[in-house]
Amino acid sequence: MNHFLRRQGWVSGLFALLIVLFIVTKLIQPGYGSGDFGSLARAVLPYAFAVAAQTVVVIAGGIDLSVAAMMALTSVTAASMMAGASEEYALFVVPFVLAMGFVLGALNGLLIVVTRVPDIVVTLAMLFVLQGAALLVLGAPGGAAAEWLKAMISGTVPIPGLPDAIDAWLPKALLVLIVCLCVIWVPLRRSRLGLSIYAIGSSELAAFRSGVPVARTRIIAYALSGLFAAMGGLALTMSTGIGAPIPGPYLLASVAAVVLGGVALGGGKGGLLGPIVAVFVLRLVRTDLTLLAIDPNVTAIIEGLIMVAVVMFGAFITMRGRQ
Amino acid sequence: MSTSAITPVPLGRRLKRFMADRPLVPLIILLVILVVILQILRPGIVNERWIANTIKFAIPLAILAGCQTMTMLTGGIDLSVGTVATMSAFIMATQIVSQDPAVAFLLAMMPAVLIGLVNGIGVGVFRVHPLIMTLGTSLIGTGCLQVYQRTVIASGAKIPDFLAWLGTGVTYGFPNALLLFVPLAALIVFTLARTGFGRLLYAVGDNERATRLSGVQYWQVITALYVTSSMLAGITGLLYIGLIKAPSLSLAEPLVLPSVAAAVIGGTSIFGGRGGYTGTIIGALILTVLTTLLTILQMPEGARRILFGLIVLFVTAAYLRIVEER
Repeated sequence: MNHFLRRQGWVSGLFALLIVLFIVTKLIQPGYGSGDFGSLARAVLPYAFAVAAQTVVVIAGGIDLSVAAMMALTSVTAASMMAGASEEYALFVVPFVLAMGFVLGALNGLLIVVTRVPDIVVTLAMLFVLQGAALLVLGAPGGAAAEWLKAMISGTVPIPGLPDAIDAWLPKALLVLIVCLCVIWVPLRRSRLGLSIYAIGSSELAAFRSGVPVARTRIIAYALSGLFAAMGGLALTMSTGIGAPIPGPYLLASVAAVVLGGVALGGGKGGLLGPIVAVFVLRLVRTDLTLLAIDPNVTAIIEGLIMVAVVMFGAFITMRGRQ
Repeated sequence: MSTSAITPVPLGRRLKRFMADRPLVPLIILLVILVVILQILRPGIVNERWIANTIKFAIPLAILAGCQTMTMLTGGIDLSVGTVATMSAFIMATQIVSQDPAVAFLLAMMPAVLIGLVNGIGVGVFRVHPLIMTLGTSLIGTGCLQVYQRTVIASGAKIPDFLAWLGTGVTYGFPNALLLFVPLAALIVFTLARTGFGRLLYAVGDNERATRLSGVQYWQVITALYVTSSMLAGITGLLYIGLIKAPSLSLAEPLVLPSVAAAVIGGTSIFGGRGGYTGTIIGALILTVLTTLLTILQMPEGARRILFGLIVLFVTAAYLRIVEER
């Protein structure tokens, strides 16, 4: 247990922080209940996927500035394909969009490997490209989403045998998030590929010398990032019912949550759980500030301060640990 | 005596080596090619007025790219320049209504110094990744600006005549902004190439550990660097508001990513230790001409952005190939 706590110290700390925040929320707003939790889960969904996309790449020692643009592109593609189409057609749209994200992500990785231009620059250029493509697909917010897709993230999961009181605390959006992330992350983490991703993030040279296919692993890491971003784009379309070609604030949020979640920029350290908990923390802070009737602009300042303070604290701890 | 020893090196190889030794040459060639394409597409467009206009719009980008160049030399990056420039511009435009110009100027530069100081301390003392640190401070800055906007919404804003003259005015065919830019650019080039501070920036970016072991106070260098970068961004904001003449809360935000691109195209390594400001200036000019070119082609906005991204990527990749031939 002690060993576990030490290894997962950062994540456990975040969990504790999350629980404290929930208690604070309950104190501020005694009426905070399952319905509000459901809307929190829905609001977190696109952020969480953006963060997952960023996490994979950061663990592999890179960074992806095109996450938000990728989400915008996949979202408008899905929304414009589903506009005026039948409900069944959406069954085809979802895998198509996911595949698109995967391929575009792989393209990111391929460009980095082939051109040898730093990842930050390649994904910056891709940010412009994807943004432009999104504008070409849909000039203004529009499109539609299939009803069953929208229903997938609203409401709660009815589990037979459980009392409604507990049932109400299981929003479908949370379930969708957990299932989507686990289906990809858990097998990945246990596989050779997952190990390779950590290896190239930790030390590219050492990984190369121990026979890890560095180029291929990097491309796959970016492809996975694209896949997560496509999920995020779909989540956007699912929750709003339309697609918007202008990227949201997801890039900044994803980098912030990755760092807050204990994943070292530079690679090789951390997991997916930390960043996801960090997203919940960040969103809940925002909810609390709204409940306290604080000016939304002041909220932005406080969020920034929290981010900077946490990152400084984290860096300070690592520095102390090293000495 | 064999004849093979004096066989001349093939022309292509020689050309490549020549370009690798003088990395500015291919950049200037690219710039000329872009201008020629522009002239072919729209004969007669390249005249005195057009050149003055291009330079006017390239200058704010070039100064911001200067911030990126200097921070990149140490292996960092400064993404808060957009917010800093916007803040100084907005504060200047709103404070000039009720304050003395000198006071308004000081007020406008205050957030720049403050944000630079926080950036520097975060990166230099606490060792936060510069990307995160500057993103965070820019988030805080934007929030503060929005709160500030509420307090001055009634008093209105105006652009000081002097800044409008500096930003848009043209004297004898030369944009007045050059009056600010030429000394500034000369100062940056001189600082990087000839002073101890400049050499420290290269040293820190090249091998931080070795630099620290040889007795350099890392945090002092970094703090001074980020404060300088922020102040440059603040000055850019003042210049830019004179050029755009419409204060808004996202005034200079669209310049941030192109400023990074300009520095990278200009041959500054994002990992530190290599690069210079002259290349960056040409990079900024290339990007400005490129934007004009894409506008003239009358493509939809989306296609323009796609092309912009692809060209930036292509130029950077090609440039790296040439320079790394050595």
